[in-house]
Amino acid sequence: MATAARERLQPIFALLSGTLFGLGLAVSGMIDPAKVLAFLDVAGAWDPTLAFVMLGALCVTTPAFHYVLKRRRPWFADAFALPTKADLEPRLITGAALFGVGWGLAGLCPGPAVTALVTGSAGVTAFFGAMLVGFLLHDRIEARNAMADRPIAPRKST
Amino acid sequence: MSPSFSPASGFLGGVLIGLAAVLLLLANGRIAGVSGIVGGLLSRKPGDIGWRVAFVLGLWLGALVYWAARGALFELELLATPGVMIVAGFLVGYGTRLGSGCTSGHGVCGIARFSPRSMVATVVFMASGIATVYVVRHVI
Repeated sequence: MATAARERLQPIFALLSGTLFGLGLAVSGMIDPAKVLAFLDVAGAWDPTLAFVMLGALCVTTPAFHYVLKRRRPWFADAFALPTKADLEPRLITGAALFGVGWGLAGLCPGPAVTALVTGSAGVTAFFGAMLVGFLLHDRIEARNAMADRPIAPRKST
Repeated sequence: MSPSFSPASGFLGGVLIGLAAVLLLLANGRIAGVSGIVGGLLSRKPGDIGWRVAFVLGLWLGALVYWAARGALFELELLATPGVMIVAGFLVGYGTRLGSGCTSGHGVCGIARFSPRSMVATVVFMASGIATVYVVRHVI
């Protein structure tokens, strides 16, 4: 099959993957912010369920990724789109720390927040809107920094 | 410990999330990180939108399938006020983009690839989340 024809199948498999993901969030109870906050509240009435969700997911992804990534390419794309950065830069730590504060305040991370929009909850919708603003502000700042970092072409002397 | 602790349904849900991540990598060559997938929608790169929208529709479909099977709509319990939800949403959005991922991208996919960045990020956002809840519930 030609590349363009194969890539046309990507949305179908993304829909299937998203459906499994959403079902998993609902089955595990992770769509409920109160349950996530109970996991983070180690000094209170602790609910360790979230650790079992991550364990269940990693039991599948750790061996399966190993085999999938031995392939030359995925089924419907020319190459795997994997993160390329390898260094532990300060922004990774700062970003994760800020994310953790927001996660601890609301009990929502991006997966459950997007999924829970389907409930029509006003609080989740407000959270999601603010999350998009956060995405956009970050991308705007990043684009501006990229402009500033661009080497200035040496001026020709007249 | 909380009486609502549910290790079996938690593990099963986790397996489903893992299968979702494997399918997306095997079929499309993509990492199932929700902040990356949704964040990528905002850059509006031509030809890179369809699969992202399909994934989000799938998330909703999956939740609806669960609710249909249970025969009752799921009750969400929001413990934060609207103002706090907005501040939290902004921090989650900005933080996950700055830190290149969230619970799914770093926690489920990155750790599975033994990425040191993802392991560090997961430890940091877990610690930061735990510290935040501690301050909110036991200090303030």
